[in-house]
Amino acid sequence: MSMTTVARPEETTFELVVGMEVHAQVLTQSKMFCRCATDYQGAPPNTRTCPVCLALPGALPVINRAAVEATIRTGLALNCRINETAVFARKNYTYPDLPKGYQISQYELPLCADGYLEIDLEDGSTKRVRIRRVHLEEDTGRSVHEGGYSYIDLNRAGVPLMEIVTEADIHSPEEAYAYLTRLRATLRALGVSSGDMEKGALRCEPNISVRTLEQKARGEYGVKVEVKNLNSFRSVRNAIAYEMERQIAILRAGGSVEQVNMGWDEERQCTVLQRGKEDAHDYRYFPEPDLPPLRIPREEVERLAATLPELPAAKRNRYEQAWGLRRTEANILSGEAAVARFFEEAVAAYGESDGKPQRLATWMTGELFRLLYADGEGQDLRQIASIKIRPTQFAALLKLVDDKVINPNTGKKVLEIMYVTGEDPQVIVEREGLAMVSDVSAIDEAIAAIFAANPTELARYRAGEEKLFGFFMGQVMRATKGKADPAAAKERLLQLIRG
Amino acid sequence: MHLTIDDVRHVADLARLHLTDEEVRLYAQQLSAILDYAERLQEVDTSDVPPTPYVLPLQNVMAEDVPQPSLLNEVALANAPDKADGFFRVRAVFEE
Repeated sequence: MSMTTVARPEETTFELVVGMEVHAQVLTQSKMFCRCATDYQGAPPNTRTCPVCLALPGALPVINRAAVEATIRTGLALNCRINETAVFARKNYTYPDLPKGYQISQYELPLCADGYLEIDLEDGSTKRVRIRRVHLEEDTGRSVHEGGYSYIDLNRAGVPLMEIVTEADIHSPEEAYAYLTRLRATLRALGVSSGDMEKGALRCEPNISVRTLEQKARGEYGVKVEVKNLNSFRSVRNAIAYEMERQIAILRAGGSVEQVNMGWDEERQCTVLQRGKEDAHDYRYFPEPDLPPLRIPREEVERLAATLPELPAAKRNRYEQAWGLRRTEANILSGEAAVARFFEEAVAAYGESDGKPQRLATWMTGELFRLLYADGEGQDLRQIASIKIRPTQFAALLKLVDDKVINPNTGKKVLEIMYVTGEDPQVIVEREGLAMVSDVSAIDEAIAAIFAANPTELARYRAGEEKLFGFFMGQVMRATKGKADPAAAKERLLQLIRG
Repeated sequence: MHLTIDDVRHVADLARLHLTDEEVRLYAQQLSAILDYAERLQEVDTSDVPPTPYVLPLQNVMAEDVPQPSLLNEVALANAPDKADGFFRVRAVFEE
């Protein structure tokens, strides 16, 4: 390209274009095409195999009904069309963790196609990311490379895997993050995948390219780079941001982007070349002769549609509209089924009026989540399902604060004890003597003692040094061990301090 | 249908076959002849016929999601040419 045809590349505006490919292991008991168990995590190598997943001669695959249903339910939740005829296909490539020499996947007729997932943008608006297809395939085995050898464990080979592919609709690293977060929440709400990236149950491969606005106007795309080996949504976001900068820098310098596969180096926070384009794969797909096609009648789709739970986006809207929650808390509380269940049970016990759900939400996302995050290994909110505090006890704690039996600070202390012991808040308040002092005579007594002990400060206050009021307030709270009703204490102090 | 030398090399490469130049020339001829023979099917008008992914009158053959016992590790590895610590062992594989 000659320099004269390009108008100052350093000033060109570029648009980021990302398509996302997500592989999610489907939560079934047995594998996709044989009945070996899927509980391979932590199992000794090659103890979850049979003639089918070992690819022994003559062994024939049989489709797992539960995996098909889970995929159709996912397609429905992602607003897809469910194809009346779905066909499995052979994807041919040679690798030792794929004992058949091909992966059974879907090609021309996937189970689900042409859907969308709605995501929230930072400015509060929403956007639809179109879903091109959702299909079903099988996972590969695991290989460990060591000392010139590869060691193959086929326990994972044949575990059902859903592939969810978007159109190239994502235009910022934040949109990619929002898409993945919403997608995982949806998969978890459906109960079709654990979505655990760190366990390899969810894998993301973004296709990243940039293009000029002129290219965009012509409907053209830039050369895309696929990034693999991403083990958290944060890595995905960082990798996309890094690739965008890298590609723009190359183009601004007058170079061209090569179509390659990159890996993500988490430590150095950069992408590194994995595989050049020269061995671009030629998979020679063809219909799987060992598997009859699937015909999915409309009644079956309707039956499965009726099993869909309320999805996170709908839950979020309900929290906002029916209960007046703020967007931030509504999003956090609707994102995990276990969290939403706890919240809704607590609201049921606490009440829906007078901003109570928001108050509950503030306490949950603030105080309770602080304890949850500090507990256990991962910062995983799903462990709320196994904590000792019951939603009704949590609601009871807030009632104690509302009724001024304890003040908010004492409430936090009581919550910490509840978290450890699982006791009712009333029991803790009584045993530890934490009930708030709103008895005016007790407060007056404390104030009189404080005045007697601090005559200088009292005189200075009365001479006009009003900022000393805070000092006296602090003394009152200390004298009552934090149990004084702050409003009552303030009122009495204001009255008595004037002399 | 005439297969080029490059077509044959590509297919051989995908199948991990190492062919001599002589073999590539020979197979280009032979494979072209086979494709010519099959090409006679193109004479039939199939514009009204939907693609047939499967020839037997079967559909929706599925199994319930109930795990069955797997093979013991020793049995699974019984035919392996090389093994170690319960794994199949192969020469290290990396993209060439």
